[in-house]
Amino acid sequence: MNTVYLDNNATSCVAPEVIAVMEPFFRELWGNPSSMHLFGGQVRHDLEKARAQVAALIGADPSEIIFTSCGTESDNTAIRGTVDAAGGAMNVITSRVEHPAVLVTCRYLAEHGHRVFEIGVDAAGQLGLVQLGEALREGPAVVSIMWANNETGVIFPIEEIGEMVHAAGGVFHTDAVQAVGKLPIDVKQMPIDLLSLSGHKLHAPKGIGALYVRKGTRFQPFMLGGHQEDNRRAGTENVPYIVGLGKACELALQHRDAEMTSVAALRDRLQAGLLATCPDTRVNGDTKNRLPNTLNISFEYIEGEGILMHLSDLGIAASSGSACTSGSLEPSHVLRAMGVPFTAVHGSVRFSLSRYTTAEEIDYTLKQVPGVVNKLRAMSPFVPKRT
Amino acid sequence: MWEYTGKVLDHFRNPRNVGIIEDADGVGEVGSLACGDALKLYFKLDKDGRIANVKFQTFGCASAIASSSALTEIVKGMPLDKAGQVTNQDIADYLGGLPEQKMHCSVMGREALEAAIENYRSGREGRKRILAGKVVCNCFGVTEEEIERVTRENRLTSVEQVTNYTKAGGGCGKCKGEIAAIVERVARARQESERKAGAAAPRKLTTIEKIRLIEQTLDKQIRPMLKNDGGDIELIDVEGNSVKVALRGMCAGCIGASSTIKEVVETKLREFVAPELTVVEAES
Repeated sequence: MNTVYLDNNATSCVAPEVIAVMEPFFRELWGNPSSMHLFGGQVRHDLEKARAQVAALIGADPSEIIFTSCGTESDNTAIRGTVDAAGGAMNVITSRVEHPAVLVTCRYLAEHGHRVFEIGVDAAGQLGLVQLGEALREGPAVVSIMWANNETGVIFPIEEIGEMVHAAGGVFHTDAVQAVGKLPIDVKQMPIDLLSLSGHKLHAPKGIGALYVRKGTRFQPFMLGGHQEDNRRAGTENVPYIVGLGKACELALQHRDAEMTSVAALRDRLQAGLLATCPDTRVNGDTKNRLPNTLNISFEYIEGEGILMHLSDLGIAASSGSACTSGSLEPSHVLRAMGVPFTAVHGSVRFSLSRYTTAEEIDYTLKQVPGVVNKLRAMSPFVPKRT
Repeated sequence: MWEYTGKVLDHFRNPRNVGIIEDADGVGEVGSLACGDALKLYFKLDKDGRIANVKFQTFGCASAIASSSALTEIVKGMPLDKAGQVTNQDIADYLGGLPEQKMHCSVMGREALEAAIENYRSGREGRKRILAGKVVCNCFGVTEEEIERVTRENRLTSVEQVTNYTKAGGGCGKCKGEIAAIVERVARARQESERKAGAAAPRKLTTIEKIRLIEQTLDKQIRPMLKNDGGDIELIDVEGNSVKVALRGMCAGCIGASSTIKEVVETKLREFVAPELTVVEAES
C-alpha cells in the first residue's frame, strides 16, 4: 500500500544525513563535553559546530543559542526565565491560539500572581493588534506570540509585533517551532529577544530543541544544577541529538527556497484539487500569510476522526481539530478562537507537507479524499437535501 | 490513536443499516453538530410489534458510527418492549468494548432508541427531552436525570467517568462539583439498597471465610496502594468484627498511619468484606 505522510506539523521524518552524523556519537564519541580529558575534548568541538549551524539558520550569533530538550522546554524557559528575571508581579501577554506549551505556562503564571492578557484573533486567524496595543499600555510586559500557527499555518506580523513590544519597553519571545526551516528568519534584523525552535519539526529527532536568547536579555535559568550552556541550562548536553539538530539546520538552510516554492506549489495543488472535487468545503486561516506547507480545510457535515481513520486505511496520514481526535471533548481552541462555525470545526483536517512530499503522493491523496468524504456524508443526518 | 476492537473497526468501516425509512413508525434524534456527534434512528414495526426494519444516520467519530451500527443489529427483530430495555452497556459489549473516553457513544445509541420508542408511543417529536429536569452541564446540555441514570446503570464512581459516559463536565468544567454530588448521592443510594438486600438474605461469613476475604482484599485493594509509597501491611488477628493490622516499611511510624488505617484500610474492608468491621492498629 502507498503511504503518504501529510502530518509534518506534528512531527517529521529524520533526514538520513542527520542519522548518519549522529551515529558516531553513540559508538566512539560518547564522552562528556565537560570532561577535562581526551574523551570530552573530542566532542566539545562538534557541540560548538552544531551551535553555529543552528545559529546560521536563524541569523543569530552562536553564543545566543541554548540547547534544550524540546520546543516545549524552550517555551517554558523563555517565558518563566524572563518573568523571573524581571522580579515581582509582571504583565504577561500572549495570544489565544498559542501552542499549549505557551498557553498553559501563561495560565500557570496567572495563578501565581502575574497578570496575563490573551489576545484574540480575527476570522482569518490574524492577531488583534489593537488589542495587543491596549494590553501593552498596561505596563511593562513579557510578550509571547507565535511566529506561525501549528494548526492553520497562519503567520503573524512578527516584525510589527516586536516593534510594538519594544516601543512599550517589553521583552518579546516568539514560539517559532513551526516557522524555523519553513520561512527565512534573520533574528539580527528583527525585534526579537527570544525564539524557540524544535528539532523534530525540521527532520531532526524528537528530544532536542533550542532557545535563542539575544545578547543582553535579562534571563533567569529555568533548569538549575550545572554550568552547562554557559550557566543558562543545566544538564549534561545531549550530544548526539545536538549534532543531529545542527545537521538538520544546515540542511534546512539548503532547502529553504525549495520549501517556499516547490512545497508551496504542491500544497496549492492539494488545496485547489480538494476545493474543486468536494463541495461544502472551506479553507481555514489567512491564505495570504501562511506557511508554505500547511493546509487546514473543513469538510462540512462530517467529523474529523472518521475522515482520518478512513484516510489511514488508505495509507494517508493527516490530523484534525475535531473534538474526538483531541483527546478531550472540546474541538480545536485555535479554530474556535477564529470563530469557525461548529459545522466546520468538527470536520477540519490539517494536511502538512514537507520537502519529502512528492507530486504522486498529492495526486494519490486527491484521488482518495472525495470518496472518503462522500462515504461519511452519505450517512450524516446534517447534509441538506438537494433538489 | 484510540485502541478500538476489531468489531468497532468493522462496524465503522462497514456500517450496517445506514439510511432513512420514509414511512417509519418511530424516529429518534439525539446530539447536535455543536456537540460533535449526533444520531438519527428510524424503525418500522411488523404486524406482531417486532422491529422489522431499522436504519440510522450518524454524524460523529468512528465509535459513534460503530455504536449506531451495533445498536441497529441488536434491536433488529426484537419486540419493541424488549428493545426498550437495551442498555448502553449492551451496545459496548456487542462491540467487544469501547475505550472508556468513548462510552458516551454507546449512551447516545441508547438515548436515540428511547427517543424513537417515545416518538412511536406518544406521537411526540422524538428528540431527547433536554427540558426534562434541571440542566447540569450547559456546555453539552446534559440534565441531572440523565447523569443520575447513567451513573446508576453503569455503576460510575468518579466525575471523570461521568464525563466519559455523558460528556457532562467536559466543556468549561464548572459543573464538576455538582456532578460529584450526584455521583455521591447515587453511590449512597446503592449502598443503602444493597444493605437492605443483604439484610433480607443474611449470610454470615465464617471466621475462616472472613479471614480469607480480608487477606484477599488487603492483597488486591490495599497493598498496591501502600507499595506505591514504599509501605506494606500485615494482618495480625481477627476477633469477631475487630481486625488487627500492622503497617510495615515506610508506613510504620508514619504520622499519617492512623488516618491510613481508618480511611483506606477500614473503608476498603467494609466495602469488600463486611460493613460492620472495625480496624485497629496492632501495638508494636
